[in-house]
Amino acid sequence: MDAQLSLTVDGTVHSLTVDTRTTLLDALRERLGVISPKKGCDHGQCGSCTVLLDGRRHLTCLALAVAYDGAEIVTADGLAADGLHPVQQAFLDQDGYQCGYCTPGQVCSAVGMLDELKEGHPSHVTEDLVGEIEPSEVEVRERMSGNLCRCGAYPGILAAVCEAARG
Amino acid sequence: MTEQATRPVEARAIGSHHDRVDGPEKVTGRAAYAVEHGEADGVIDPLHVWLVQSTVAKGRVTRVDSAASLAHPGVVAVLDHTNAPRLDDTDNGELAILQDDRVGFRGQIVALVLAETPEAAREGAALVAVGYDQEPHEAELRVDNATYRPDQVNPAMETDTDEGDVDAALASADVVVDQDYRTAYEHNNPLEPHATLAWWGQEGDREVLSMFDSTQGVHGVVQALAPMLGLQPEQVRVRAPYVGGGFGSKGEAHSHVMAAALAARTTHGRPVKLAVTRQQMFALTGYRTATISHVRLGAAADGTLVAIEHAVQEQTSVVREFAEQTAAPTRMMYAAPNRRTSHRLARLDVAVPSWMRAPGEMPGMFAHEVAMDELAVACGVDPIVLRERNEPDIDPESGKPFHQRRLVECLHRGADRFGWEDRPPEPRTTADGDWWVGTGVASATYPAMRSPGNAARVLALGKGRYAVSIGAVDIGTGARTVLTQIAADALDVSPAAIDLAIADTRLPAASVAGGSSGTSSWGTAIVAAAQRFRADHGPSPDAGVETTASAADNPAEEEFAFHSFGAVFAEARVNRWTGEVRVPRLLGVYSVGRVINPMTAHSQLVGGLVMGLSAALFETSYRDARFGHVVTQDLATYHVASHADVLDVDAEWLEESDQVFTPAGGRGIGEIGIVGTAAAVANAAFHATGTRVRSIPITAGELLD
Repeated sequence: MDAQLSLTVDGTVHSLTVDTRTTLLDALRERLGVISPKKGCDHGQCGSCTVLLDGRRHLTCLALAVAYDGAEIVTADGLAADGLHPVQQAFLDQDGYQCGYCTPGQVCSAVGMLDELKEGHPSHVTEDLVGEIEPSEVEVRERMSGNLCRCGAYPGILAAVCEAARG
Repeated sequence: MTEQATRPVEARAIGSHHDRVDGPEKVTGRAAYAVEHGEADGVIDPLHVWLVQSTVAKGRVTRVDSAASLAHPGVVAVLDHTNAPRLDDTDNGELAILQDDRVGFRGQIVALVLAETPEAAREGAALVAVGYDQEPHEAELRVDNATYRPDQVNPAMETDTDEGDVDAALASADVVVDQDYRTAYEHNNPLEPHATLAWWGQEGDREVLSMFDSTQGVHGVVQALAPMLGLQPEQVRVRAPYVGGGFGSKGEAHSHVMAAALAARTTHGRPVKLAVTRQQMFALTGYRTATISHVRLGAAADGTLVAIEHAVQEQTSVVREFAEQTAAPTRMMYAAPNRRTSHRLARLDVAVPSWMRAPGEMPGMFAHEVAMDELAVACGVDPIVLRERNEPDIDPESGKPFHQRRLVECLHRGADRFGWEDRPPEPRTTADGDWWVGTGVASATYPAMRSPGNAARVLALGKGRYAVSIGAVDIGTGARTVLTQIAADALDVSPAAIDLAIADTRLPAASVAGGSSGTSSWGTAIVAAAQRFRADHGPSPDAGVETTASAADNPAEEEFAFHSFGAVFAEARVNRWTGEVRVPRLLGVYSVGRVINPMTAHSQLVGGLVMGLSAALFETSYRDARFGHVVTQDLATYHVASHADVLDVDAEWLEESDQVFTPAGGRGIGEIGIVGTAAAVANAAFHATGTRVRSIPITAGELLD
């Protein structure tokens, strides 16, 4: 069974017809040729497919495309539309990657996570649930733990996200 | 092609900071990995291939009913052993898929579904009904069934060694440590699953198979596939511009690569995309065998070793043999006049094991370095002093002098930085709230290797620019960047004047990105070509002149034993109520020759330490021997270290250069970071709690009173 939908991806509006079994990730990668979100597990376990969906970080492999008609998606590629995003520059500065496969997901996750911090969303390790939340190392590690990096670039990623958080 | 003896390169770009040349492509996601190539690369309207895997561990396929699958909208074809293209050569039991009805392990490829979309291919695969004549299988590694003696162990080492009289020395030793150590089955799990894009076409009057493959060695894929497909090597082109990690699992072509080639053979030129799923990787793309190490150390009262024995039991697959060289590091690590090592395998009806980061050294040094910690405790000697006391004058294995064995300096430097002198000698003496706190140390080593089969080309582009090419692959190591640095210094120009091309079999041949040998092997070929180019064409060559050359063998390899060394320090905190282990500090200090790029090298060494930490605390592939497959076959049940698990991890190195080994001075850094790390963590956990754990992963229950 097919369905029609519209997606805005990195500022471009796409109308497309998809098989209703199609995930948002496969709609992006296989139908639209948008390769920035990566497929690492297809089960929501690694974070490589993370994008910003209507402004929040989201795993596209656990989303069926038909459920997101009209959504606005920003990938790591889109974050760099006007030059590298500060988070991306920080990843370069701190060598927060090696093979690069988890990296677009890490970048989107970090951008979304820093917004969550600013908005005061608490995490499992947040002690003060009402005050402002500092982007401490323990907060960043906790909040980035949905994005696996098998190259083990976590220390570099942590340094990059903290650098970006400081502005 | 010319063979050129190399001379040392003066370091200018080498050894200094250079940004990764492919960084912006990676942080934006614009870098295209294997199956992400599209129309711009001539990949038009591909079909999607889904694998159908056996559900029995041993037997014969009696029936493949593809009617329901073929009736599913979008399914184009189903290939099985009755209708798949024939291969010319089936000696490689792993790659010779769909050639007969035999099933050698659960998860083996028994059919392929080709479809217009990935959704149809996946559904089509689920609709293929396969019947089996099942036979009894053996899928469990045990002490009583690991008795087969292989002719050699990976890559081509002696199976057993025996010097002196180990039994007599142990019988008369003042102190004996006699224990068994175990390491778990581990899966490499690079973040990019294995994937291949393949199509057949014509070039002139001959067929050509073209592939984008996620591989650590493009030329190796051709060498494996071409003869099986009845093709000349020139008829297969493999490219791998970006590879999302490998850690050994992409070092050799696995069966999905052949599946893509065979599927594409049937589509009349239409490309096929085959992306292995994370779950399928646990059966098809290699893993590290579990190991059982029986270690006996005999020593004088002061800890001076008189005997070392390391008898290994592990497994291989009946489909294809792979014997991990687990006792290999024990042969060269410490001095002792009496020494014996052996490897025995269980030949099981299971998936084919293969390379995983530091095969041999990683599990072997876990056993040996925990045993050394036990010996230090038994003798009442500091673990660092014990290792100093057993430093060999020459390589105990080869009898050659070591070239730069700086283990003791690594231990001392790490001890200074880690605050080792404040460490209480007794275990279970430091508590911080609910946590027992301890520190541990272990040695690391990895052989320095230069692989044969490398060549490079230098072409003058004019205006002081040069194109340098070699079929090497950058799997995330930074090869693109460091080879640019080496080429620049070898040609005495700026790195900005180098256009480097890699990762294509149309370029001069390169060996695999494995064995920590990439930079040494490829870089030396580039130096050979550059030095020959300058000798032939001088400092101001005309545009268009070129030289292709390979490096002559290094005569010093006959004279010296070349190894890298390191010391790993870990702090462990063990919760007294739950047994949870945290590692707040992990430090590696290494002697690896000259570091070509400090930034990428630091990341690689830290990455090795993180993978070692992950092995120490989390990783285990649980095989259900009743059915023969790994049941922890995803990233929710096969745990790898996440952000929250990795605290203060750091690596540093001794300033040195080994230009006797390579003209650029490096010895290789890809694997040593994982070696010894799990032992350091286990030794720290012992120091924290007084409980000795002799297997990894270390689990909470083992540390509870």
